[in-house]
Amino acid sequence: MAARQKKEKRQKAIRYFDYSLLFLVIFLLCFGLIMLYSTSSYYGSTRHDDAAYYLKKQLFATSLGVVGMVFISMIPYRFWMKLSSLAYFLALGLCVLVIFAGREAKGQSRWLQIGPLSFQPSEFAKLAVILFFASVIYKTSKQLANWKNLIKVGVIVMPIFVVVAYNNLSTAIIIAGIAVCMMFVASPKYSHFLVIGLIGVAAVAVFIMLAGYRAERILIWLNPEEYEKGYQTLQGLYAIGSGGLFGKGLGASMQKLGFIPEAQNDMIFSVICEELGLFGATCLILLYLLLIWRFMIIANNAADLYGALIVVGIMAHIAIQVILNIAVVTNTMPNTGILLPFVSYGGTSIMFLLGEMGLALSVSRGIKFEVSG
Amino acid sequence: MWNKEGKIPFYRNKTLHRKKLMIIVTAIFFLMMFLVGRLVYLMIFCSVYYGQKAEDLHERERDIKAARGKILDANGVVLATNKSVCTISVIHNQIEEPEAVIEALAKELELPEETVRKRVEKVSSIERVKTNVPKAVGDKIRAYGLAGVKVDEDYKRYYPYDTMASKVLGFTGADNQGIVGLEVKYDKYLQGENGKILTLTDARGIEIENAGESRLEPINGYDLRLSLDYNIQKYCEQAAEKAYIKKEADSVSVIVMNPQNGEIMAMVNYPEFNLNDPFTLNIETTASGEEKQNLLNQMWRNPCISDTYEPGSTFKVITAAAALEQDVVSLTDPFYCPGYKIVEDRRIRCAKVAGHGAETFETGLMNSCNPVFIELGERIGVDNFFDYFRQFGLLQKTNIDLPGEAATIMHKKDNVGPVELATISFGQSFQITPMQLVTTVSSIINGGVRVTPHFGVAIYKESGELVETLSYPTTEGICSPETSETMRYLLQRVVDDGGGKNAKIEGYAIGGKTATSQTLPRSEHRYISSFLGFAPADDPKVLAICIINNPSGVYYGGTIAAPVVKEILENILPYLDK
Repeated sequence: MAARQKKEKRQKAIRYFDYSLLFLVIFLLCFGLIMLYSTSSYYGSTRHDDAAYYLKKQLFATSLGVVGMVFISMIPYRFWMKLSSLAYFLALGLCVLVIFAGREAKGQSRWLQIGPLSFQPSEFAKLAVILFFASVIYKTSKQLANWKNLIKVGVIVMPIFVVVAYNNLSTAIIIAGIAVCMMFVASPKYSHFLVIGLIGVAAVAVFIMLAGYRAERILIWLNPEEYEKGYQTLQGLYAIGSGGLFGKGLGASMQKLGFIPEAQNDMIFSVICEELGLFGATCLILLYLLLIWRFMIIANNAADLYGALIVVGIMAHIAIQVILNIAVVTNTMPNTGILLPFVSYGGTSIMFLLGEMGLALSVSRGIKFEVSG
Repeated sequence: MWNKEGKIPFYRNKTLHRKKLMIIVTAIFFLMMFLVGRLVYLMIFCSVYYGQKAEDLHERERDIKAARGKILDANGVVLATNKSVCTISVIHNQIEEPEAVIEALAKELELPEETVRKRVEKVSSIERVKTNVPKAVGDKIRAYGLAGVKVDEDYKRYYPYDTMASKVLGFTGADNQGIVGLEVKYDKYLQGENGKILTLTDARGIEIENAGESRLEPINGYDLRLSLDYNIQKYCEQAAEKAYIKKEADSVSVIVMNPQNGEIMAMVNYPEFNLNDPFTLNIETTASGEEKQNLLNQMWRNPCISDTYEPGSTFKVITAAAALEQDVVSLTDPFYCPGYKIVEDRRIRCAKVAGHGAETFETGLMNSCNPVFIELGERIGVDNFFDYFRQFGLLQKTNIDLPGEAATIMHKKDNVGPVELATISFGQSFQITPMQLVTTVSSIINGGVRVTPHFGVAIYKESGELVETLSYPTTEGICSPETSETMRYLLQRVVDDGGGKNAKIEGYAIGGKTATSQTLPRSEHRYISSFLGFAPADDPKVLAICIINNPSGVYYGGTIAAPVVKEILENILPYLDK
């Protein structure tokens, strides 16, 4: 027994840190910044007389994010358990605030203006939900096998889901997806999630039928060439199609020259396809898969369920955004505004993503080794 | 393994959690692979389709206009050329200072401010403000350096002599394409081939620098050399103008042609119009819309080839030639003119009411005596007469190298009775174009060769290199050389001692024939006076016809048209001898 304890002590001394994840993140960040510059330089120079306008803003947010990531990665993640409810209610409050005091952009108020900086509370909401939900499930995981408890836990995220959905449905769907993934991993049951899945499908169908403009989106999705509003989708498809196997070469996209509206946001993946071709686009998808594989490793080996759930939430967050973004860009599903993690332009998004990476790294730091037998 | 037992709750269900996580990751993996498959479909199988669509979107084809070939006279005088003009346009979303642009354009283009403002403020990719702006003004506007203002240089057809040979040369439309006259007839030579610039543009239509534009150089049009002679045309125009004013005529036409080869040296249709401003009428009128368009069409019309008229006495040349060919008359055959001739139940009058009395065939032609020619017509007979018409080429078009030639309007042979035959014999009751008359008379006096009247002589490259010498068909054996010789003699006698003596020029042997024809309806008493003359009479080098349409006062061809031809020949015979 004593020997064993001694052994454990020695094991504790071996400090693990998931450098693979760190390097993947750094690589994605660099790649994203290069592609962002390539994509946004046209809009930057035509609208702001500075080809690097968007790059500079993104670089600033990224720098802040990297500092935050390093800082968070050094804090033991269990520290956040105490703050998770606070974060949740703060996020809820900010999301409510943005409805009333948000800055209008393209008909939707999604930003809070603080001095020269603008801030998108819905990005913060995702992180808050991950932290808060992880701690809730962590405390009740044994009871999750029960329908009643599962619904109780689910109801906890309903307020923020509804508030976010009010003016940003796609983010709300991501939040719901994250929550479902986390519950699924923690719950010992499968059947519940089959039912949840069916309910989800039914809800989506009802939702589409309730609002005419959503039904229109479906029509546009099926036949983008016949609708004026299919313009963005179609321009994206032109970009993807003209990329071919190896693309036109970095910087050589034609579609980014004003043809794809706001190419640096949701549609950046189409420019990547055009410039780097199928090869480049597949490499990027593989990078995301590698990232997800690292999250799985960390979650599997996390010191406790809380850490594991945090990483599962982060993984779900990134996976959902990547899949939905690419699905939209390739017109595999109806258009909805979702950013491509680490690549799309968006300061709040990149900062909170890096915060999440810091959390994942912090969880990886908590992994305990057993050297052998 | 360290997950078998544990105090931390996670450890208890670790296998389950791992399994469930694995399910999620597997699902993610398959979803992403599905998206990769979708990308393969889009980027490999739809690549050509979308790539082409994208290219169509980015490519802009811009024409580089080819300069239209020049039209030169027989001596190389430029009758039609190109002038550099500018097109001023504004590109809405490139304009930085709209007020400055409006002010500058309104000032330089002399347009009302509202007009310019409307163009500048219109939200469109490119808006044309004014075309055909002189190059100097265009350069001035360019010097302002205003953003969003585009000055494009272009060619515009320019005719240095404004009205000269307007109805012959014709003019071009907005896209530099021939509309009427020689401009349209020789369009394929003159037009050249436009070049192309293929460029890539961004969504605003701005060309992308260094995008490797491909350029196809334009091929400029070929120059057209005419037989028309600037100096002769000028003489004729002046002579026609004088007659037009003096006789207060509706119009005066003059054709000067080489009867040996059909080269037309001048063709005047007074009043002419300004080729540099073809859409302004040459008469005062308040007409607009369709009415104005009709007047414009009328103005552009070339009556020498497009309008038919009853040739009257000048046609007696043809009747005489037919009679000589048929050998039904000789110069000394006696005739008697009581001032009329009864044909069936009609009494057809001679121009001289008192009658010419006893005369020969020769003096009958000199007197232009109708009864003599009615008699000749009877001798020839309807069938033979029509055969000669065909033989002389009178029933077909002259095939002159101008568009819009009118055909001869002749009786159907079956409907020609003695009265019709009689009127045809002295040039009435049917219609031909002046060009037809000139061509047919040419073939009778040149030894019997029907020539194709024409303006175009040769096609040259811009560099002066000959591309093609134009040739025209001729038909020999129109009449025998003897007939031709006799006709030349007879027509010289007309000028020397007959009705055409007003065209006599000291020192030159002139042949000719006068005509005075009454237009339909006869009740209006409108006349067409004409004279057809040629010189030298024994070996004609030049044939001229003057047609005065509806003169006031004296209307006899011998009195008013013959002096015009005389004046023309007086001027151009020494000129041609040089």
